[in-house]
Amino acid sequence: MSVFEVPQGRLTTPFYDRMKAVDTINSWHEWKGYTTPDELYCGETEYFALRNSTGVFDITPMTKYRITGPDALPYIDRLVTRDMSKIKPGRVAYAVWCDDRGQVIDDGTIFHLKEGDYRLCSQERHMSWLKAAAIGFDVSIVDETHDVAALAVQGPTTWSILNNMGLEGLEELKPFGLTHFDFEGTELMVSRTGFTGDLGYELWLAPEKAEALWDALFDAGKDYSMRAIGVHALELARVEAGYLAAYVDFLPAHATVRTGHTRSPLELGLDWLVDFKKPNFNGRRALAEEKRNGSTWRLVKLDIEGNKVADSAYIFSDSKARKKSIGFITSAAWSPVCKQNVAIGTVRTPHGDVGSNVWVEVYYQREMHWNREMAKATVVDKPFWFPPRRGATPPEPF
Amino acid sequence: MTDKYDAIVVGGGHNGLVCSALLARSGKQVLLLEANEQVGGAAITRDFADGYSVSACAHVLYNLQPSVLKDLKLSPTLASEDMTTIALDDDGEHVRIKGNKVTGAREGDAETYKAFHKRMTRFADLLKKFFNKTPPRLTKNFEDLLTLGQLGFDVRRLGKTEMEAFLRLIGMNIHDEVVERFDCPVLKGAISLDAVLGTHLGPRSPNTIMTYLYRLAGAHGRTAVPQGGMGSVSQELARVARDEGVTIRTGKPVKRIIVENGRVTGVETEDGERFDSLTVVSNADPKRTMMTLIGARHMETGFTRRMHHMRARGNAAKLHLALDGLPDIPGMEKNEYGERIVIAPDEDYVERAFNPAKYGESSTEPVLEITFPSFRDESLAPTGKHVLSAVVQYAPYERKGGWTDEARQEFESAVIRVLEKYMPDIAQRITASELLTPADIESEFHITGGHWHHAELTLDQFLFTRPVYGAAQYRMPVDGLYLCGAGAHPGGGVSGAAGRNAARAILSREKAA
Repeated sequence: MSVFEVPQGRLTTPFYDRMKAVDTINSWHEWKGYTTPDELYCGETEYFALRNSTGVFDITPMTKYRITGPDALPYIDRLVTRDMSKIKPGRVAYAVWCDDRGQVIDDGTIFHLKEGDYRLCSQERHMSWLKAAAIGFDVSIVDETHDVAALAVQGPTTWSILNNMGLEGLEELKPFGLTHFDFEGTELMVSRTGFTGDLGYELWLAPEKAEALWDALFDAGKDYSMRAIGVHALELARVEAGYLAAYVDFLPAHATVRTGHTRSPLELGLDWLVDFKKPNFNGRRALAEEKRNGSTWRLVKLDIEGNKVADSAYIFSDSKARKKSIGFITSAAWSPVCKQNVAIGTVRTPHGDVGSNVWVEVYYQREMHWNREMAKATVVDKPFWFPPRRGATPPEPF
Repeated sequence: MTDKYDAIVVGGGHNGLVCSALLARSGKQVLLLEANEQVGGAAITRDFADGYSVSACAHVLYNLQPSVLKDLKLSPTLASEDMTTIALDDDGEHVRIKGNKVTGAREGDAETYKAFHKRMTRFADLLKKFFNKTPPRLTKNFEDLLTLGQLGFDVRRLGKTEMEAFLRLIGMNIHDEVVERFDCPVLKGAISLDAVLGTHLGPRSPNTIMTYLYRLAGAHGRTAVPQGGMGSVSQELARVARDEGVTIRTGKPVKRIIVENGRVTGVETEDGERFDSLTVVSNADPKRTMMTLIGARHMETGFTRRMHHMRARGNAAKLHLALDGLPDIPGMEKNEYGERIVIAPDEDYVERAFNPAKYGESSTEPVLEITFPSFRDESLAPTGKHVLSAVVQYAPYERKGGWTDEARQEFESAVIRVLEKYMPDIAQRITASELLTPADIESEFHITGGHWHHAELTLDQFLFTRPVYGAAQYRMPVDGLYLCGAGAHPGGGVSGAAGRNAARAILSREKAA
């Protein structure tokens, strides 16, 4: 019997030693088998570095699948709800994929690297589903999670820093574009993508060059107060940007047991990702029926009065909570950059029209004693944090 | 050339013929396309040696549904009818079974069999009712709820004891039941064989009582052989279909079912001809229909996965022997050659025959269901000469190493060795032979896996979930596409139920729209 090497225990990413070197508080958790920082020195400082200069977050543990083969496009086009034929090589698409009942399995980004060569990135692992979806298609699906090191470089000064690093011509890259550079003889892919709702890039390369990339990056940004950041800072930025998190704002269909606890893309405000002009995709029949008959749930972004964070709060249609609750909050935060009390929640239809008011039952603790407050909230349309520089090409230099 | 039809039926098996005839009767313009040169699918009569012909696949009628006969005003001419099953014993002490009567078994077995038969036929009648209906779904649809309620009511009406027995037995294996009840090995073997014929199951496999009930649900186990072989039933069905106005084109294999914007719009034949219709009814097996003729890209992933994993591995071979005269069978009367003869000396013998098949090998001591169709039907062989037609189990579709010439020779020799035990002079009488393995049945009749029932008859592929969950009501998840073959509810055998139910489902859907 052959014995082959299997990594034991929690894995570390190729950037671990560099992060450990700047870590002062030793607060880490597990993310898909890897150890990943909560904070490295102070979550708030990291957050402000991210919003005012540049934050660097290690996204190596993110699930990455390489999808290639003659049927790669028809395969992906059937897998996800949006029209992938419009995503040309060099472009990235945010997408959701559903089961046959039109319920969201996960969301993620699909990178069209070259003609017929795709990388799918997601929160969850999906090999079983991707393999099932490949029945009858000539495609190859390879899990390359461990073979690609990746950094999210996010914030207003990112372009300037990467430009200092020598990535010439990066200013031409539009949001959701990707391009390749040579980095010390290795291919470095740079995509203008991220999870913070601001100007930002993601850097992808072979793990052997990970530390060299880190060093070059921090060297280029030494005058910018850039910082390596942990999940706490990123999570706050994520809520400000109005992005959804699996297991938080929706439950992946394959991880859900009870009927009615999953969500369709229409219920998550992702109608714009569902292209009914496509004759077939997973969930199409169920979603078309939902479109005809109406959805049960609606995702809402809420601007809440006051400054008490509405974590896990119930949502009501009136201020006295006399009627049954109409929904609940799934993500909430006080946004320092927006100076707003923000939240993402889910309400029953027909509630939750943009511009309408709902009431949020906020519980908060003062010196052990619990208090309750009914806070008025307004349903908003746009992300809370959406600076013009996010879409500006070329980006403004600093 | 393109032609616009109200419905196109892909495949002219007996179910396709029944379905097309019923659709045409309600005023539809129906085109039926058959790949082979004659209609009938696996229910045909054809030559296999010079001057000898035989029912090429299905050779015994046992569950042709009375509803189908009535609807189409059919009455096939039968060469042998209400046949006695003669279960051969190697000492010549054969057991004869007819209706609820058993002779030649051990003391007490005849009485027990009577009670057993009564219970089984009662349960079979219960199922039969549902075999002639679209299986219900758990929805708010009134029809579905009614059918479901009726099923519950019928089961309850059996009475407490019998209801419990029904619910206990339906998932059980036939082996445990026969061992508990009967004494005579040959009788136990014969019942076991009836439960597993045409399946990839042994008597100890779960739900072989259900498959036994399935067999009884047509005519309480009465068997018959049509005059002119099974092909004459198909020819008769084709005549009815033509009379109703169905256009039948043979030698027209369908290459693909055309799907445009998520709905079928017609079919394209291998020779490149295209026929247009917004309704396509497939008599092909579910896998061929969905995975080959439609293609995964027109289906959703969950459904594709279920279809892909649907079990349909045939395990029944067919052996045809041209004989220069009837073989001697010690212990059998001269006038009994027109009956149905089985070789399954005991229940464990049947299970042992199945054992190799589990591992991709063919039986070294197979079980057989035999007829001498020429005994009562002179059209099938030259005067004085005879045909032996046998279903032989087990011959797995996915045989390890494939069905090479050596493998076929080895299996055929094994069958002859078994036959010789009961018919000492059989070898000298053979002038020609033909063996059809499930692989041959697949290529000749275009049935994936060469399986009689298109989809294994197991509880997870039965009733509400036949052939798979989400496809049990004849309508497939591609608009305008229907299934009407053995893979649909209720299952295979020359029954016509699937074809009739499918036609009714299509017509009632149209009415509702």
